[in-house]
Amino acid sequence: MNVPLPLSWLPLIAIAVPLACVPLILLARHFPDVREGITLAGAGLLVVVVCLLAYGLSLGSVAELEIYGPIADLPLTLRVEPLGMLFALVAGFLWLVTSIYAIGYMRAHHEGNQTRFYVFFAIAIGATMGVAFAGDLITLFIFYEVLTLSTFPLVTHAQTDAARRAGRIYLGMLMGSSIGLFLVAIVITYVVAGTLDFRPGGILNGRIQPALAGLLLALYVFGIGKAAVMPMHRWLPAAMVAPTPVSALLHAVAVVKAGAFSVLKIATMIFGFDLVGSLTATTLLQAVAAFTVIAASLVALTKDNLKARLAYSTVSQLSYIVLAALIADPAAFLGGGFHIATHAFGKITLFFCAGAILVAAHKTEISQLDGLGRVMPLTFGAFLVGSFSLIGLPPFGGLWSKWMMIEGALDTQQWILVAVFATSTLLNIAYLLPIPFRAFFRPLPAGVSPRLQEAPAACLAAMAVTSGGCLVLFFMPDAIVALLAGALP
Amino acid sequence: MSEAITFVMAHANTWAATALICIGLWVVMVRGNLFKKVIGLNIFQTGVFLFYISMGYIRGGTAPIVVDRPDAVYANPLPHVLILTAIVVSVATTSLALALIVRIRESYGTTEEDDVNASDEP
Amino acid sequence: MDLLAHLPALQVVVPLIGAPICALLTAPRLSQAFAVLVSLVTFAISLILLNQVLADGVIVYGMGGWQAPWGIVYVVDPLSALLLCLISGMAAIVMPAVRLGIGAETTERSRRLFLSLALLALTGMLGIVITGDAFNLYVFLEISSLSSYALVATGTDRRAVAAAFNYLVQGTIGATFILIGIGLLYMMTGTLNMADLGERIGDLRDTAPVQAALAFILIGAAVKAALFPTHAWMPNAYTYAPSMVSAFFGATATKVGAYIMIRFIFTVFGAEWVFGTMMVGWILVPLGIAAAFVGSLVAIWQTDLKRMLAYSSVAQVGYISAAIGLGNHDGLIAAIVHVFNHGLMKGALFMVMACVILRLGRADISSFRGLGRRMPVTMACFVVAGLSMIGVPLTVGFVSKWYLVLGAIEAGMWPVAVLVLMSSLLAIVYIWRVVEVAYFAPPPDAARVREAPALLLVPTLMLTVLCVAFGIATDTTVGVASYAIGFLVGEP
Repeated sequence: MNVPLPLSWLPLIAIAVPLACVPLILLARHFPDVREGITLAGAGLLVVVVCLLAYGLSLGSVAELEIYGPIADLPLTLRVEPLGMLFALVAGFLWLVTSIYAIGYMRAHHEGNQTRFYVFFAIAIGATMGVAFAGDLITLFIFYEVLTLSTFPLVTHAQTDAARRAGRIYLGMLMGSSIGLFLVAIVITYVVAGTLDFRPGGILNGRIQPALAGLLLALYVFGIGKAAVMPMHRWLPAAMVAPTPVSALLHAVAVVKAGAFSVLKIATMIFGFDLVGSLTATTLLQAVAAFTVIAASLVALTKDNLKARLAYSTVSQLSYIVLAALIADPAAFLGGGFHIATHAFGKITLFFCAGAILVAAHKTEISQLDGLGRVMPLTFGAFLVGSFSLIGLPPFGGLWSKWMMIEGALDTQQWILVAVFATSTLLNIAYLLPIPFRAFFRPLPAGVSPRLQEAPAACLAAMAVTSGGCLVLFFMPDAIVALLAGALP
Repeated sequence: MSEAITFVMAHANTWAATALICIGLWVVMVRGNLFKKVIGLNIFQTGVFLFYISMGYIRGGTAPIVVDRPDAVYANPLPHVLILTAIVVSVATTSLALALIVRIRESYGTTEEDDVNASDEP
Repeated sequence: MDLLAHLPALQVVVPLIGAPICALLTAPRLSQAFAVLVSLVTFAISLILLNQVLADGVIVYGMGGWQAPWGIVYVVDPLSALLLCLISGMAAIVMPAVRLGIGAETTERSRRLFLSLALLALTGMLGIVITGDAFNLYVFLEISSLSSYALVATGTDRRAVAAAFNYLVQGTIGATFILIGIGLLYMMTGTLNMADLGERIGDLRDTAPVQAALAFILIGAAVKAALFPTHAWMPNAYTYAPSMVSAFFGATATKVGAYIMIRFIFTVFGAEWVFGTMMVGWILVPLGIAAAFVGSLVAIWQTDLKRMLAYSSVAQVGYISAAIGLGNHDGLIAAIVHVFNHGLMKGALFMVMACVILRLGRADISSFRGLGRRMPVTMACFVVAGLSMIGVPLTVGFVSKWYLVLGAIEAGMWPVAVLVLMSSLLAIVYIWRVVEVAYFAPPPDAARVREAPALLLVPTLMLTVLCVAFGIATDTTVGVASYAIGFLVGEP
């Protein structure tokens, strides 16, 4: 179908909207209300833009745009395809929700440097849109790097020694892996295939020897440090020193999903299912991802700090998606793509709750949460919903994504992977559910009044929306599967 | 044996130039005194000049001024002209080096490289 | 018009005549204004020449009407035109700010002489790049070298003089090596014109004198380019020289060495012989990689940031040398583009140092504490140029690295590709160390520090913007580079 001109510009507009907020936020730096208003307006506009794009995609149009070329012989292209569309929808919508939450959180927590915070937040979202709509590897790589750099000031926001140390790990690991491994992989791909475009079915199949392809796949899986496959996961727990809205949107949704999304996209649209499935290296990488799933869950069990436990849970859940990419089966692909959405809604809810607990009750450790459910019933209610969704219990969206990934493993008769998924579900229960149970069923420590003291209304509203999202996703798997199925060759 | 001697003798100019170049470089590298370094540099460059000048000379050749003799052989003037330029450059280098040594002597009170380095150690 | 036809001569003659005039102008501001004017005119000439070359191909200009091989010719091909633009452009950018960047205590007279020397150095470098005559190249090399020894010695620290002396000794040895090489070539071929040399050298290639000539010229050029392990003169010279001198030479001087290397390998000796028979690639590539690692590792431990930048230059010259050594099309593109790109980013970084030294008097890492707030624009320039040094996409550094890695893989040298990228991770460390201190450490004292004056800030900003602009509009540099390669390997 012919694309009307404005529609083909929409992906670029989706990137430009958050970036356009930057100068405005800077101008309004002395007027907090105006400043936050700009962020909200930008986020609202972005939601409209991505919805328009999704509508266009559902009509069967492919918005494609060469934004600039050539950088070093390569044109930079943006192309809307189903997987990226889903990612952009999730990130764009959750930016709006997180902005609402951030206003409540940052003010209640009296954070400094709020202008810097909102500026880099907007840049990070712009970069995320770029990652989602990248039409070729080099465009993806550019926005991937912008995302790393723009989130660095958010991680080191507190400017304490601990924050600086964490920032060093963050930047060192993400840039190190991306320049040292990811870029090498891109150059090799270019030399082998002569192009870097994402195409359904891949561009490498039939042009590359298996040994090199295996090496290349490994370079991608480890080089995309944002996917946090062990041993490239250390940056994620380190990044938890950031303010909670950052951990929530960036380190549970935008940044980490940019990694998992890239792996999934590269596996399907650079390698193709057939090639990935035929490689010996795939089995080894599956083992690494499966190990990450289990090991990160076990580490999460040992963490008493709430955000650290959630961080390791994210590490584990990201490797689900990597595993889904490596299973190289349509069902697993759908599950992996779907998991981007369900994990996003579930995990962001949990982080919102963690932030709310910090703001309202000033608690960071799980062992301090005894009885707090009576003080903050709404917060812990939302926490329970998020946990259920992550575990995969009905009636929440997490059920479907896990279901489809297991289906993929069954299709390809990889029984061990089925066992991995099952085991990790048990581990999910073990590290998530004790938290709300402790809050609801343990008595409050002596001397603490059981008076109701909830987080700011903006925070509660955001939690309500995201936990509602977990529920909605349960009832609309068909829509998402239909969207994603467009990406299958 | 005689072949070897002929070979050496036929290239006598090159050997002489090479020897000067090596002596010059040796002095530059080994001597710690800044003046001696400059002298070494001059010996080194003189070796190169010699190489150029001898290159242009042809045995039995005469100065490149047209003479009224049909069988006259002329020396090649071009290398000599070139090396005149190089000598000028070398003089300029030497004078600049000496000027720098004066400045070093003023601020460090020595012209020995080791002492200069030592007095800047923190 | 007649004047247009003589532009290649004017390119060199204008700054050459300008230098003594500048020294004679006694009115305080007049000499400064005159030097700026001369450098701007020179830059304009370079731009016009580049334009002409891109439109009509190589310009050959016989000096004094004597054509090759009797006279000295100036040859402007795309490679030399690109470098002419880099050198004269840097001069035009740096020259207006000289007053602020050479130390506060200089007298009016010494400033005049300084400007005159700077114009002479400019003349020398332009001459090296534009001339088509091998011996003429040596003469220009000495003109630029002698004036740069003197310029380094104008630093306020007494160590500047000692550094200048070392620079003089090593530089003279390097230049004389080139002289020996040229002599050997003349002995064998009887010509000094580089194009002529390239033709006549044909059957003589496998004689000992020509092989020796190659060795002498490469070593001489390596000294001038500060290629590891002949880089010893550079760190001290750039650390103690006045900031403006560091900025100008940091961007241009080592590049001229790289140019000499490229010019002799491709125009005179012939790439096929140099890389195929003589296996020079097996020297240049390992040395280049070693330089990249040694330079970056040493840079990480420096507390004086000008010295850190000097060692980073050692590393960057290593990339250029490795790129030349690859000996294939993409490698050569990487070399030429990186010569240009590194000029931009190193120029910007040294200009940042000039800003900081002007305000704080020194440029060691502790004085950078909290500078992100005190001198926001300056530090923003540092971040952008630093990212470029790391090789982040959308900056010039990425473009060079992309072609370098592509060239390495094309040549089948996988380890080189990996090592290049690994070494650029070291750049993250030494750049980010500074960024972290500047933005996330409290200032050491309560003293008020103002942003650098516009005269310094504007050139810094311009260079920084160019770092990004040429990182996005790569078709300019890469286009000129691949056009230049057509002439270098003889298939335009």
